[in-house]
Amino acid sequence: MPAAIEETVLPKLSNDEIARYSRHLILPEVGMEGQQKLKAAKVLCVGTGGLGAPLALYLAAAGVGTIGLVDFDTVDASNLQRQIIHSTATVGKLKVDSAEIMLKGLNPYLNVVKHNTMLTSANAMEILKDYDVIADGTDNFQTRYLVNDACVLLNKPNAYGSIFRFEGQASVFGTKEGPCYRCLYPEPPPPGLVPSCAEGGVLGILPGLVGVIQATETIKLILGIGDPLIGRLLLVDALGMSFRTLKLRKNPDCPVCGTHPTVTELIDYDQFCGIAPPTETGPLEIARDKAVGDLPVVDGIPQISVQELKKKLDAKEDVFVLDVREPHEYQIVNLGAPLIPLGEIAQRASELADKKHSEIVVHCKSGARSQKAAMALKQAGFTNVSNLTGGILAWADNIDPALPKY
Amino acid sequence: MNINIPTPLRSYTGGRETVSIPGATVSAVFRELTVKYPELKQHLFTPEGKLRSFVNVYLNDDDIRYLESKEETAVKDSDELTIIPSIAGGSHL
Repeated sequence: MPAAIEETVLPKLSNDEIARYSRHLILPEVGMEGQQKLKAAKVLCVGTGGLGAPLALYLAAAGVGTIGLVDFDTVDASNLQRQIIHSTATVGKLKVDSAEIMLKGLNPYLNVVKHNTMLTSANAMEILKDYDVIADGTDNFQTRYLVNDACVLLNKPNAYGSIFRFEGQASVFGTKEGPCYRCLYPEPPPPGLVPSCAEGGVLGILPGLVGVIQATETIKLILGIGDPLIGRLLLVDALGMSFRTLKLRKNPDCPVCGTHPTVTELIDYDQFCGIAPPTETGPLEIARDKAVGDLPVVDGIPQISVQELKKKLDAKEDVFVLDVREPHEYQIVNLGAPLIPLGEIAQRASELADKKHSEIVVHCKSGARSQKAAMALKQAGFTNVSNLTGGILAWADNIDPALPKY
Repeated sequence: MNINIPTPLRSYTGGRETVSIPGATVSAVFRELTVKYPELKQHLFTPEGKLRSFVNVYLNDDDIRYLESKEETAVKDSDELTIIPSIAGGSHL
């Protein structure tokens, strides 16, 4: 199969490099030429988080010559449950800087190119064009469609991986003969219909498994060996430890990679995914399930700050606070409010029948689910429902710092 | 026949990852599925009754979109349907 690297003059390997990569060199499928191809290769890792961490580390170990990292974010303690490229010492650093430390520590021959930015339609073509393989480890639909489209337009293979809780998917998109992400999913789900991972959590090791699968595919593409996942979707079920492969077909009517493409340049992916554009410069990802902002009323629901709620409670006003998170979250931390999980609001609204006209303040973890719950209650005839912006996290930040945040 | 339910939809099937539903064609099996688990309906189908475009259905290893009779493809009890929704978790998750 065609390798991702063109057969130009391959870089030489020093004696030190030969010693380092000896286990590759003695494999007939790799050998000196293969290792030189790895050294010549340039791979872009979009995202240095759950998937990007193991992916970048194994590419560095393998001797990929240039690794580009795209990430605008900083390291947070909660990342360390799975993002093994970062460390306790680098909490607070820019992720690209933090990743570089461990990558260079593992392999000083590596050339790291840091793109401390969010990938957008305005910069994607420019950033991607100099790389040979793109590895997509992002966490939102907008960027996935963006990376997919850019890869097809630039003719770059896209080692795709994605995860949700205990399951993962992997494939290789963006090759001329193979399907692209849009052949599999022509349209994104409307925001809110697929539960967000931030609300669902993820088993830390899962992105480790899938990220290394992406690294494996990347290396196979560079070396031109084995059978990359072109035209196949690998499904990983970590709990059952089962791996299934499904056939993916190139859609001849695909608007990006089909025979008569209608998408010939990058589009507005926020609009495509039905997301309202962020009102300030900030991570795009939050837009999908963000706690509603500083507006006093959103979608007919008055927003109340934690400070305002505290004032009301201190003044012993007749306010009923309702928690709509899940029972296992309640165990972590709670405000002592009665709990009806968001998914049960419709069936259990009758339990609050005597409060139809009372003041109800709904809260969740950060303000997104509670907004949905408040709207559901309003629909069910409750006349005085507000949403606690920022949720219990904002309460912990502003009112009671002794509370744990999660 | 068995239908494999993806994680995001298992809360609507009482946590079950596989459900057994009778039917002679793919669409008949889906009708029965949404009768038995009504909350699945809005996640799988548009109000007009079409399968949502970000949900893929595989009959054994084949995407039903590429089968000649698509949803009207006849199924045996030993066949398996798998529902694959779009997932995007990665970097931050």
